[in-house]
Amino acid sequence: MFAYQLKMAWLNFKRAPALTALMVLAIGLGVGASMTSLQVFRAMSGNPISWKSDRLFYVQIDEWGPGAGGGGQEREPQEQVSYSNAQMVMNAKLGKRQVAMYQVAFAVKTDDDAFKPITASGRATYADFFAMFDVPFAYGAGWNAAADEGRKQVVVLSDKANEKMFAGADSVGKTVYLDQKAFRVIGVLKPWRPRPRFYDMTNANFGDAEQLYLPYTWAIDNQIGTNGNNNCNADPGEGYPAYLVSTCIWQQVWVELDSPAEQARYLDFLNNHSLEQKKSGKIDFEPNNRLYNVEQRMEKVGVVPRDVKVSAILSLGFLLVCLINTAGLMLAKALSRSSEIGLKRALGASRTMLFRQGLMDATLVASVGALIGGVLTWAGLLAMRRLGDADVQAVAQLDPVALLLVLLLALLATLLAALYPTWRASLIAPAAQLKSN
Amino acid sequence: MLKMQALSKIYRTHQIETHALREFSLEVKEGEFIAVTGPSGSGKTTFLNVAGLLEEFEKGSYFLDGQDVRNLNDNQRSRLRNEKIGFIFQSFNLIPDLSLFDNVDLPLRYRRMGSAERQKRITEALSRVGLGSRTQHYPSELSGGQQQRAAIARALAGSPRFLLADEPTGNLDSQMARGVMELLEEINAAGTTIIMVTHDPDLARRAQRNVHVLDGQVSEQLKFVEAA
Repeated sequence: MFAYQLKMAWLNFKRAPALTALMVLAIGLGVGASMTSLQVFRAMSGNPISWKSDRLFYVQIDEWGPGAGGGGQEREPQEQVSYSNAQMVMNAKLGKRQVAMYQVAFAVKTDDDAFKPITASGRATYADFFAMFDVPFAYGAGWNAAADEGRKQVVVLSDKANEKMFAGADSVGKTVYLDQKAFRVIGVLKPWRPRPRFYDMTNANFGDAEQLYLPYTWAIDNQIGTNGNNNCNADPGEGYPAYLVSTCIWQQVWVELDSPAEQARYLDFLNNHSLEQKKSGKIDFEPNNRLYNVEQRMEKVGVVPRDVKVSAILSLGFLLVCLINTAGLMLAKALSRSSEIGLKRALGASRTMLFRQGLMDATLVASVGALIGGVLTWAGLLAMRRLGDADVQAVAQLDPVALLLVLLLALLATLLAALYPTWRASLIAPAAQLKSN
Repeated sequence: MLKMQALSKIYRTHQIETHALREFSLEVKEGEFIAVTGPSGSGKTTFLNVAGLLEEFEKGSYFLDGQDVRNLNDNQRSRLRNEKIGFIFQSFNLIPDLSLFDNVDLPLRYRRMGSAERQKRITEALSRVGLGSRTQHYPSELSGGQQQRAAIARALAGSPRFLLADEPTGNLDSQMARGVMELLEEINAAGTTIIMVTHDPDLARRAQRNVHVLDGQVSEQLKFVEAA
């Protein structure tokens, strides 16, 4: 019966080609325009670690006091922490896992003389980083706590970096040189591009993850400065040791906490630390610290720009207009076939059968509409990649999920548009039509 | 076989009520060939529509093949129509972009009949009306008479107990009309009950009984031939 219904739908599709073309075009345009905006919105608002995002907490410690940010009780603490506070968190070891980290950059070369040195972005972090953020490995693994303690010269490469340096082969055990210091490769990641780059949203929220990862402890010991965001509320003084004891904020700290009770305890710990700081005269304001899980952090950062949200809403409005047009066209087409529908009723088709056939007709229109919508979505995203800002450029891509969504949206939208016309058509009184033909 | 008793059918608009059938009573026996005549607007077609379960009625009773059809829902009426009634229309009502095979196939599809059985019935029905070699032709490739034959094949394919024909020769010239009429007589001789609405007194006389309808009522019944 399915094949027969499809055959009938195809015949119906070919009838009144101008009306059919308008319907398909309306669906295609509506889906294309809305999916272009929705895909950008979806990519920006997606939670890249949804399965544990409620257990990962970004630590914000107010180190500068009321003068530093906005006013009142709702004043947010600074977005990053100083080295001293990062170490305070790491030494306390109160979370199930905890990491402090910062962005670095190195000139990188290998033993292969044919490989021209490149500048690679990196992340100096702790061993827990990989397990905490479920980072997938293609070869090898991350380092362990002993490597942190021992300031080992080990490195984990991203898939792209490994492709550049070792043509994608298993490079575990090989040597790479970071600013001419030899590091042993101990792991290579599978493609890992969390969007947004939730673990560091201090700038370039939708940038690529780093190309290499190395122990934070080694980086600090070797006085490696940050390649990321750095803010100071006072002159840190000369030299790296002075920088480390300054209140300059340049590091990110995350803790993994399994329960609300642990979260409450952890916040108490941060606040008690601030109180002690106040007692000792290091700060002169009340504790004002935060623990934000991944979604809260994304919300606070405003990871989805307002214009992207507005564009998504407007595009849905446009889709609605297209649907209303499609519904009108479908109704016109259905009513133009009244005599045929009347005949089918006379020959024994029930309303249910005609309704099902109508939905099959709509499914065929939706499929062709989806094809056009898919092409338009691809073209729209291509245009956004060329014209949008850096964040939009990074996410404006047509992935398999987006293609599936195009298909689903086209199908859903068309079926929705088809409901009324199909229902009306199934109600056509056969007797009124048969004599008139 | 078909029994209507004091049946009323009223068409209503916001301002007007039209009594298309009033206290309409008629009994048709199995194997009869009945011609229904009457002036335009007398209620002939309404009677045919009610008889064919295409329209409901307000009052009275209607038994089709012993079954009270008054309280059947849409699915039940559709099934009954599909299994027991064949329709022949003045304007043939073939679907232009379906081949003759697919046109005849329609009612069998609605009955969810198996492929082999459908194939057999379609071939037989088209052969019976002399179109066995034209199964893949489209309606536009046929003459009016041939199109009406194809429509008759469609009506016959489901082996209905009744054939309801509304002016089946109204769009045909006299020669083609004669051919269609002979075909209907042949079908009736094989046992199918036929009720035919016509304006043509000559055609009406070829039926076994002539039911004359006036103002929505049976005004006169003339019996020409005893049903076999």
